[in-house]
Amino acid sequence: MSATAPAAGPAAASRFEPRIVAFVCNWCTYAGADLTGTSRIRYQPNVRVIRLPCTGRIDFMLVMTALANGADGVIVSGCHPNDCHYTSGNFHARRRWMVFRDLLDFAGVDVRRVVFSWVSAAEGAKWAELVDKVTDEVRALGPYREIHDLSGTGVG
Amino acid sequence: MSRVGVFVCHCGENIGGTVDCAAVAAAAARLPGVVEAVDYKYMCSDPGQNLLKEAVKAKRLDGVVVAACSPRMHEPTFRRATEEAGLNPYQCEMANLREHCSWVHLKADSTTAKAVDLVRLQVEKVKRNKPLHPIRVPVTRRALVLGGGIAGIQAALDIANAGHEVILVEKSPSIGGHMSQLSETFPTLDCSQCILTPRMVEVARHPKVTLYTWSELERLEGFVGNFKATIRKKARKIDESICNGCGVCQQKCPVKKIPDEFNEGLSFRKAIYVPFPQAVPNKPVVDVANCTYYKTGKCKACEKYCDQKAIRLDQQDELVVHEVGAVVLATGFRTMPLERFPEYGYGVFPDVIDGLKFERLASASGPTGGAMKRPSDGRTPQTVVFIACAGSRDAQKGVPYCSKICCMYTAKHAMLYRHKVHGGRAVVFYMDVRAAGKSYDEFVRRAVEEDGVEYVRGRVSRVYQEDGKLVVKGADTLLGGEPVEIRADMVVLATAVQAHADAEPLAQKLHVSYDPYRFFAEAHPKLRPVETNTAGIFLAGACQAPRDIPESVAQASGAAVKVCGLFSQPELCREPVIAVVDRQPPPVFSHCTGCFLCQSACPYQAIEQEEIRSRKGELLKTVARVNPGLCQGCGTCVATCRTKAIDLQGYTNEQVFAEVMSL
Repeated sequence: MSATAPAAGPAAASRFEPRIVAFVCNWCTYAGADLTGTSRIRYQPNVRVIRLPCTGRIDFMLVMTALANGADGVIVSGCHPNDCHYTSGNFHARRRWMVFRDLLDFAGVDVRRVVFSWVSAAEGAKWAELVDKVTDEVRALGPYREIHDLSGTGVG
Repeated sequence: MSRVGVFVCHCGENIGGTVDCAAVAAAAARLPGVVEAVDYKYMCSDPGQNLLKEAVKAKRLDGVVVAACSPRMHEPTFRRATEEAGLNPYQCEMANLREHCSWVHLKADSTTAKAVDLVRLQVEKVKRNKPLHPIRVPVTRRALVLGGGIAGIQAALDIANAGHEVILVEKSPSIGGHMSQLSETFPTLDCSQCILTPRMVEVARHPKVTLYTWSELERLEGFVGNFKATIRKKARKIDESICNGCGVCQQKCPVKKIPDEFNEGLSFRKAIYVPFPQAVPNKPVVDVANCTYYKTGKCKACEKYCDQKAIRLDQQDELVVHEVGAVVLATGFRTMPLERFPEYGYGVFPDVIDGLKFERLASASGPTGGAMKRPSDGRTPQTVVFIACAGSRDAQKGVPYCSKICCMYTAKHAMLYRHKVHGGRAVVFYMDVRAAGKSYDEFVRRAVEEDGVEYVRGRVSRVYQEDGKLVVKGADTLLGGEPVEIRADMVVLATAVQAHADAEPLAQKLHVSYDPYRFFAEAHPKLRPVETNTAGIFLAGACQAPRDIPESVAQASGAAVKVCGLFSQPELCREPVIAVVDRQPPPVFSHCTGCFLCQSACPYQAIEQEEIRSRKGELLKTVARVNPGLCQGCGTCVATCRTKAIDLQGYTNEQVFAEVMSL
């Protein structure tokens, strides 16, 4: 169990709780997160999982939309290289991510808020570690407002 | 306006214990488009499903969200219930409140808040769901079995006896696997080859079984019911159809000093060889790496003496293609190489051997004819120490798991030794004796009580040589850790069972999951032990986890039944999760601009070019089209498409963006 899991006490009430959106593939990371549950490994409740068939399905506009809609951090996670259920979807995702990451950086988005990872169906503990790590890091970074400052038009 | 029903399951205390299900239902009821929201103790029970069905009818629902366990558990249940209520089954979605929420968080407001978010996600998705219809595909009633050990043989026989064709592929020159190397088997001490070889012959002679030995799977394409397997038949350098197995080539071959793999290096073989006398098929294979002809261009003794003129030294590898409907993986295990345990002296002292070498020493077909002679000088060892858990249950240097078979085979080895050397002393160092199995504990007791095997509970710290003896130093933890020193003539290590070195690339070829130790992963650890997460691919034997013979055989029969079940269906239904390219009325025809980026992204070559022509036959536009038979629904094309002309049914842009926007 994470030492930083939110306590129900009044001291925790004022602490910033980031919103993390996770885009995961059905075959590896979603199943891995299921295994985390089956193994009863605790992690922080800040993550909301969106299930997709494959990380190759992830249009990076989804990541931008999440950030524009109030997400403070994003996790993208799928099968390890070579383990993709669909042969090569994760390679496409990785290639796109390399470009997208530079673009985000160029546009002034803090790339520490978007984390790309591999979690297999057997790595229940790794999923819990990943979520805790990202939650703690994004909590330290604070709420994400810059995208609205960028657009100058508020939400969206 | 949508009419969505939300059904929140308590799953007893599993969800209800940490999530306030009534509050989730109340919050869901306030979501736009939700006309019904209830919570219930067990949604998957009959009353729970009836609750859903009645609500669909009474409230004229057009979408259903079941907030319960993982969709990997009960999605089929609730889709069926939705269908029985008269809705399209794909109008049902599940919010994962158990695995992704209640089981991983403490009871807190934040946990309930997360549950509400998860429900809202699915409500937003289901509002945009479209009715979908399963894709029907034919099924090829022919199975591919990879691995010709006892598990593969059993699976092949069971499938073939049910009337289906089987392609059995074995990478070594003969089927039989590790079981053919064993001397006797626990817990009955019956001769391993005596019970195995009839099965080997049966499977080779079976009219429904096509046997490929000295062959490996090159690649597997397709999907359940419709795989295409390409098998590499490695060049044996003989014409199997002519060779009658007389063995003259083997006698005449001048290359004599090649360590014999079948005897674990305890004897030598020739460069053209049959691995063991009962090999199936009883046809030799040329060891190209050691053959004089391939080194110097001269010799051809085998060719010269072969009466049948069956030697083909210029033979090349051959690729054969078979269409199959299902695959059984039965590729077995290896024992851990012990070079990383220098304290035991394996590889340094010739009389420190592993379990498989001991099997060959004890076997009547082995290099000593079953006489107990130690490798260094051929003398009969008077004291033998057996070290259990050599590498198993050792997270630091070996593997953390229990290899399961070692307790039993160590007891067997000690017994066999005592049967062969009546005055000899057999000492077993062990951590625990794990003899859970029918007649297993009795067998270990028999070793201790009837055959006088000494059991010392403790680890061995060091084995070293002194005055021609192997000094084994350990501790007896039942005597408070008192040091024990035994001067032995031979030491046998019960080495850990591991996955094959090539298990990982094979898993990647087949797109099946594997665990951190490279054992293939079952679809569910309890309820789907012989299935993989890839439909149509099944598991048997020790490629999934350490297994003994009875378990491997049982699992192989289980996998065979799964294959037969698949083959008994007239056609298979596939999830309609596939990509489609939009079509519009003229003059647009499609938003697709014909850039075909999707075509290069597709891992399945499922995207074709379609030419749209006028009535006069003029080419108006070339657009993409998805072949629904080939598309597997990964959606990589969707993320690539610049005009959003291509979309993935079940995970459309509209649905997924709505999910994200709802957060």
